[in-house]
Amino acid sequence: MTTSAKWRNPLRDPRDKRMPRIAGPSALVIFGVTGDLSRKKLMPAIYDLANRGLLPPGFGLVGFARRDWADQDFMKVVHDAVKEHARTPFNEAVWQQLAEGIRFVQGTFDDDEAFDSLASCLAALDAERGTGGNHAFYLSIPPSAFPTVVNQLKRAGLAQAKGDQWRRVVIEKPFGHDLKSAKELNRTVNEVFPEESVFRIDHYLGKETVQNILALRFANQLYEPIWNSNYVDHVQITMAEDIGLGGRAGYYDGIGATRDVIQNHLLQLLALIAMEEPVSFKPADLRAEKVKILSATRPAEPFEETTARGQYTGGWQGGQKVPGLLEEGGFSPESKTETFGAITCEVNTRRWAGVPFYLRTGKRLGRRVTEVAVVFKRAPHLPFDDTATEELGQNALVVRVQPDEGVTIRFGSKVPGNTMEVRDVTMDFGYGHSFTESSPEAYERLLLDVLLGEPSLFPKNDEVELSWEILDPVLEFWARKDEPALEKYKAGTWGPPSADAMTARTGRHWRRP
Amino acid sequence: MIIDLPSTTTSQINSRLVRLRDEGGATTLGRVLTLVIVTEDGQRTDAAIDAANDASREHPCRVIVVARGARQAAPRLDAQIRVGGDAGASEVVVLRLYGELAKEGASCVMPLLLPDTPVVAWWPFEAPVSPSKDPIGQLAQRRITDAAAEKNPIKALETRRAHYAPGDTDLAWTRLTVWRAMLAASLDLPPYEKVTEAEVTGEADSPSTDLLAAWLTDRLKVPVKRFKATSGEGIVQVRLNRPGGEVDLHRPDGRVGTLAQPGQPSRSVALQRRSVRDCLAEELRRLDPDEVYAGALKSLSKVAKGRVPSAKPEEAPAEAAAEPANGKAARKAKAKAGS
Repeated sequence: MTTSAKWRNPLRDPRDKRMPRIAGPSALVIFGVTGDLSRKKLMPAIYDLANRGLLPPGFGLVGFARRDWADQDFMKVVHDAVKEHARTPFNEAVWQQLAEGIRFVQGTFDDDEAFDSLASCLAALDAERGTGGNHAFYLSIPPSAFPTVVNQLKRAGLAQAKGDQWRRVVIEKPFGHDLKSAKELNRTVNEVFPEESVFRIDHYLGKETVQNILALRFANQLYEPIWNSNYVDHVQITMAEDIGLGGRAGYYDGIGATRDVIQNHLLQLLALIAMEEPVSFKPADLRAEKVKILSATRPAEPFEETTARGQYTGGWQGGQKVPGLLEEGGFSPESKTETFGAITCEVNTRRWAGVPFYLRTGKRLGRRVTEVAVVFKRAPHLPFDDTATEELGQNALVVRVQPDEGVTIRFGSKVPGNTMEVRDVTMDFGYGHSFTESSPEAYERLLLDVLLGEPSLFPKNDEVELSWEILDPVLEFWARKDEPALEKYKAGTWGPPSADAMTARTGRHWRRP
Repeated sequence: MIIDLPSTTTSQINSRLVRLRDEGGATTLGRVLTLVIVTEDGQRTDAAIDAANDASREHPCRVIVVARGARQAAPRLDAQIRVGGDAGASEVVVLRLYGELAKEGASCVMPLLLPDTPVVAWWPFEAPVSPSKDPIGQLAQRRITDAAAEKNPIKALETRRAHYAPGDTDLAWTRLTVWRAMLAASLDLPPYEKVTEAEVTGEADSPSTDLLAAWLTDRLKVPVKRFKATSGEGIVQVRLNRPGGEVDLHRPDGRVGTLAQPGQPSRSVALQRRSVRDCLAEELRRLDPDEVYAGALKSLSKVAKGRVPSAKPEEAPAEAAAEPANGKAARKAKAKAGS
């Protein structure tokens, strides 16, 4: 008998591009299964994967929560979540196959007995469904509960894989609230699960448009020559949400927009936009480039001029009256939590020296949009009359991450007529126009990658720590000097005046996305 | 929106398309390919257009339908443009060709192809003997046929083999993807042993069954027997024999299959038969020649046809159902005796 390492499956052929990658035998355990994320994203994603034939025949799904549920009750919850939120049509045969592997374990995180019964539940799944001792643990729980859960997993013998088996743990943001706590969290998790089996979910990285940044940059000849400080004036990375923070006080108060979004999503986007070409698309090579660019990135000083923060006040937004942060339930009336954060980064490499990267995020802004805009310098000489180019702005390449995924290029064009007049026009590539309406959800891709053990779309501990190293000085400065002041902005606008001031000081301005 | 252009020319169609784009916004921007559907004019034409519209949700394209009408009539081109809600995410141009023009479809298609994007030709029903030599086939990078939709599917598959050219593909092959993936995944698991022989059972006129057997011969380099099933639809059963026990994938009802293999409990697998739109969407995902399909076609002749449906395929699942625990051991013993 050959071993797994030497075995070459005769039915697999690299030329056979139709053959989907099906995950091997495995079970997924979700902690915090009653949460919103689990219902709206994880369960539908699992069904969609099954429907696309990408899950192994004997897949097991185990829910772990405090609720007093039987397997059937949990199955009903999954069923309803799938019916309501799944992307692909509901198919009874697929559901039946999936439902056979659904289990529920009731208990709290400090309950030894519950974890023992989880262990026996998984052992039973291995025997009945052939999940092969391969288990992924999805911790959809607050980070404060991580130590308890990972240690319980260790105690119950669930963290230790035997032989060919694997154990993986999936965690979500926040990955700490500063460098120190992030290191501590990494240590806690790594004590039980080695780093190669830790999968940190940043669902942005599962989005097709974000992966397309790599294709756009490294598969095309068109952009590379201008992708540097000779041609690029500055880069703006925006993630705006139109919703407020009602009901999320417990998580958000004291954390704020900067920690919540800039540390992970925006700095990851920055890394993808700014990094050098990886030697290959192997996870290790990709990560090496990301780490390199993050370690060259610093927040630009002086912080009182290069950063901005704000807090939304009530008002009318999109036809509805909305409360300000301080009136939202759960927030202290004196809360100093920022709901808008913006920073300026410099990337100290030859390619990017002198090009500011502006990062901003906020709640209750003009509309929900995430985009990366690479704004180019003006042409050094314009052989037109001044009046001809009055309306000409700077060329820009915008990667629209969501919604309306695609790429926009803005450039000047002659206005029809008998005078020479140049005005900005845009050229649009819409993902939905050129490809699919039905491209997989980010969580589908990421969950499948976890089961396949394919780590390239998951930030590793050093990336997380480097992001905190970039952000920590700003956060400390804000806490110490209270400058720039925490300004109020009206719901439905694009942030506080200090945000405009931070770009205006170098003669630039934010794009209206 | 449906616009009829009776007795027209391609330049009139083209200028109408441009005008529609101006009026209706960017409806034709961002198309990634042109799909040419070649069929006889008739009721089935609409079924093919519907499948293309569904597939266009994944691959927005311009669909040109060449519907060949009565040969005896006076030569005439009737066109119909469908955009918006009537055309999924595509724009559809139906060309009805009468009289002598019916044979000259390629000349009508040529001016309507999108610039600098791939062309895919699809014969949803009867296909030409040699798709790559057909005038419309020559315009296309990729030529999709469907052996199962022809009058004599097995003979059609034989013709495909004889006239294969890179870029040809057949929906009978596309329908196999899920089966192939499942079988490949089963060999990813221990015991890591060579397959010594294989058996494939399916309906007598199922070209997919033949292709699956051929693919297994090609990849595994072992004798593969093809049996005719007495019941069931399409492919019914695949067995891969190995010294350490066999892999058995059995789908009696055309919907749910059962996968049994050594060291694993027997499990049900959703294996519903795929719709044409699913298959078409998969085909449009790849525009390069499918070398694996070519290999399978070439091996068609190596497949041994079993005259009598083997007794074993009927017997094994019944046994597994009756005695799940002992069934596996019994099958293992039998496999050993056989090898």
